[in-house]
Amino acid sequence: MNRRDLMAAAGACAALPMMDRGARAQPVPIGEPVKAGVSLNVNGEKHSLHLDTRTTLLDALREHLHLTGTKKGCDHGQCGACTVIVDGHRINSCLTLAVMHPEAKITTIEGLGSIDRLHPMQAAFVKHDGFQCGYCTPGQICSGIAMLEEIKSGIPSHVTSDLNSPAQVSEAEIRERMSGNICRCGAYSNIVEAMLEVAGRRA
Amino acid sequence: MRAFTYERAETSKAAAAAAAAKPEAKFIAGGTNLLDLMKLQIETPAHLIDVNPLKLDTIEPTAEGGLRIGALVRNTVLAADERVRRDYGVLSRALLAGASGQLRNRATTAGNLLQRTRCPYFYDPAQPCNKRQPGSGCSALGGFTRQLGVIGVSDACIATHPSDMAVAMRVLDAQVETVKPNGSTRTIAIADLHRLPGDTPHLETALEKGELITAVTLPKPVGGTQIYRKVRDRASYAFALVSVAAIVQRDGSGRVALGGVAPKPWRVEAAEAELPRGAKPAAAALLDGAKATKENAFKLPLVERTLAAVLAEARA
Repeated sequence: MNRRDLMAAAGACAALPMMDRGARAQPVPIGEPVKAGVSLNVNGEKHSLHLDTRTTLLDALREHLHLTGTKKGCDHGQCGACTVIVDGHRINSCLTLAVMHPEAKITTIEGLGSIDRLHPMQAAFVKHDGFQCGYCTPGQICSGIAMLEEIKSGIPSHVTSDLNSPAQVSEAEIRERMSGNICRCGAYSNIVEAMLEVAGRRA
Repeated sequence: MRAFTYERAETSKAAAAAAAAKPEAKFIAGGTNLLDLMKLQIETPAHLIDVNPLKLDTIEPTAEGGLRIGALVRNTVLAADERVRRDYGVLSRALLAGASGQLRNRATTAGNLLQRTRCPYFYDPAQPCNKRQPGSGCSALGGFTRQLGVIGVSDACIATHPSDMAVAMRVLDAQVETVKPNGSTRTIAIADLHRLPGDTPHLETALEKGELITAVTLPKPVGGTQIYRKVRDRASYAFALVSVAAIVQRDGSGRVALGGVAPKPWRVEAAEAELPRGAKPAAAALLDGAKATKENAFKLPLVERTLAAVLAEARA
């Protein structure tokens, strides 16, 4: 697409809201909030909450349990800032409901280490300067820890050359597997170095 | 997001019956697409039936020598299954080419099949869209169409089906098992699961109201060299501009299905007779009747070139 096409497309998009309002979807009434009992096991601690059913796991963690280490970036599963580990698997906490996880073991950045006793991945991020603003970092760290476990348990990736032999930790594997975590500061090369070190590979 | 009541399903039959009984009910499994759309008020269910407790999450051999994949098997688990990697490589490759690690850990087999289009106009509630609001018009036609469909499309809708997995399922002749609200079960060929838009683009599948997918079965392995090649704007975590799923046998015969070009995984069995003669005649037969726009016409030669690369890789 050339610049002229881009301008034409932008013009078309700008013009659309001016079209007949009748063509728009009728807004659906939001309705009365529905509450439900929710039990969550977060970082080894059990919590009983009474939440609006619409509450995502991310909002339950941040707004109700005040575990604000997990970050809200896009809130649509595109940036990975909200990544937490649920039953050993990394997921986007913004795209799941709190009410769906009554028996799950949830680990957030707060459950990995403390200021005095950093998780090896946290220590590696500090050592390799794996962040600038730090907003994506909790998601990067949770994602990275679970990602290395995925390699260890033999889960292949898009860049694994042979589906029938175990993937090895490499820069290419880490870059592919971490594509669901965006760093707006562009600290990627240092993030990869930190993860290679934790995996026992020389950066 | 619209407020909704929530229940956890206890049996597949009860879940299907509950979904049919409540006027605006939806199943939720992984939720990675549904919740995204609910936040934008593109999906506005008044009741959610959480099917995760159904434990339809095993992969088992069938009597015919194939595999029966539970509807709730996560994309990561399916891609990593030893039998899938060995006997259905095209399926592992397609799954691994889709989404991100986090999303694959959550997204399910059935949910992947039923995900909605990523047409930017469908995703923008401020703009007309026949799929979202029947009869409101198609903003994509005459709009920004680079990502959109070139075949199987209609004057009412040119959206594509976004799945990679479904393209591999199509080339493997998968079958979809369902349970209906009255408790009866049926099997739908993957070819018949998704509908073409015609003048009713809001009707996307053959499923009836409340009908629940319980499993996807694969026939016994067909061997061959299995390849999934995805062409996209980024090296990872992007939807396909064009993708090719192919199974090529030593004698040059084979099967091929396309992603990123049509409202459903695109396969034309008759075109496969052309495969031994090369990508050009095969692509021409696959894309017979194509209707591209100025912005997405590049997809037609891209299909031929991607298919040529796939056939060359299979021969190598």
